[in-house]
Amino acid sequence: MTPDEQDLIRQRQRSRARVMALLLGAFVILIFAIAITKIRQGMI
Amino acid sequence: MHQDDSRPAMALLPQAARRAYSRSMMTVATPLLPPADWRDFLALTKPRVMTLVVFTGLCGMLAAPVGIPPVLGFTAILCIALGAGAAGALNQWYEADIDAKMRRTQKRPLPDGRMDRESALHFGVGLAAFSVILMYFAINLAAAAILTVSILFYVLVYTVWLKRRTPQNIVIGGAAGAFPPLIGWAAATGQVATLPLLLFGLVFLWTPPHFWALALFVKTDYANAGVPMLPVVAGERVTRRQIGLYTIPMALVAILPWPLGLTGPLYGGVASVTTAIFAALALVVATRTTGADDTMKPEKRLFSYSILYLFVVFGALVVDRWVFA
Repeated sequence: MTPDEQDLIRQRQRSRARVMALLLGAFVILIFAIAITKIRQGMI
Repeated sequence: MHQDDSRPAMALLPQAARRAYSRSMMTVATPLLPPADWRDFLALTKPRVMTLVVFTGLCGMLAAPVGIPPVLGFTAILCIALGAGAAGALNQWYEADIDAKMRRTQKRPLPDGRMDRESALHFGVGLAAFSVILMYFAINLAAAAILTVSILFYVLVYTVWLKRRTPQNIVIGGAAGAFPPLIGWAAATGQVATLPLLLFGLVFLWTPPHFWALALFVKTDYANAGVPMLPVVAGERVTRRQIGLYTIPMALVAILPWPLGLTGPLYGGVASVTTAIFAALALVVATRTTGADDTMKPEKRLFSYSILYLFVVFGALVVDRWVFA
């Protein structure tokens, strides 16, 4: 594999990891908000 | 990483070479491509189609007689969007060969060779499961069940079963796109009622004139791809007549909530006027014939207006329900 190819793959992996981290963070916040809402509404 | 050291990175190849490689890989189990960009995964979800799905789902939820806490409402709409995205991804996974033959779709990640099919399949299945599970745990069983049916209907009934077999593909398959108002309503109330069923009927009957108007001016594309769309199989005259015929029940279902007392006069007025315009445009398309060097302006106008029509009618429904509730 050439250095250019390796760079491209590393770059893709980094950007995907960043997006995945953001999505996971958003998911945690969403679950927290859902739990708080349900507790307040007396649903759980 | 499934990149063979002897292979060049696909993204560094010219586009034509990537497409040729991608086509050759459509029958191979493990394609060898560099990891796809996250934007390509986003493109798999058909974000533009999702807009209408999200909007009709939101309107179904807002038109319900029971309020839903904003966080749960947001979650329900998110699940509808993710479910629609999953269905879009699985559709592109299955139809990569057709997409490669059509100008309108050949730039999509799979036919363009920017992603391997396995990734698209995993992404679609994962997203579908995630959306349904989240809907069930955060909202309710009814909404999760209808979401499941809509995803399965779009992927199995429309994409796998009907699309390549019958010119009635979008008539029956159109039901998949009609589920969001039902899901939105069910998310708020936990059940289904007459009004959301009428909204389902409206989108269901709206789909044939909408898609056949499009199919009339991209007929060559569908013919090249071997998709049996009505204009390709039955010809233009039949298609034009069918557009006119489907517009009649669509118009009735669009206005019906008003005389049934399910909405107020605001919805009745807006639906009547916008539906009359829709019918007039459909009538023009239904009664004309394509001439030499025809720019297909009436067909393009009907297609564009049909999108605006659905936004306006659903928007009017929400405003009406809030004003006259």
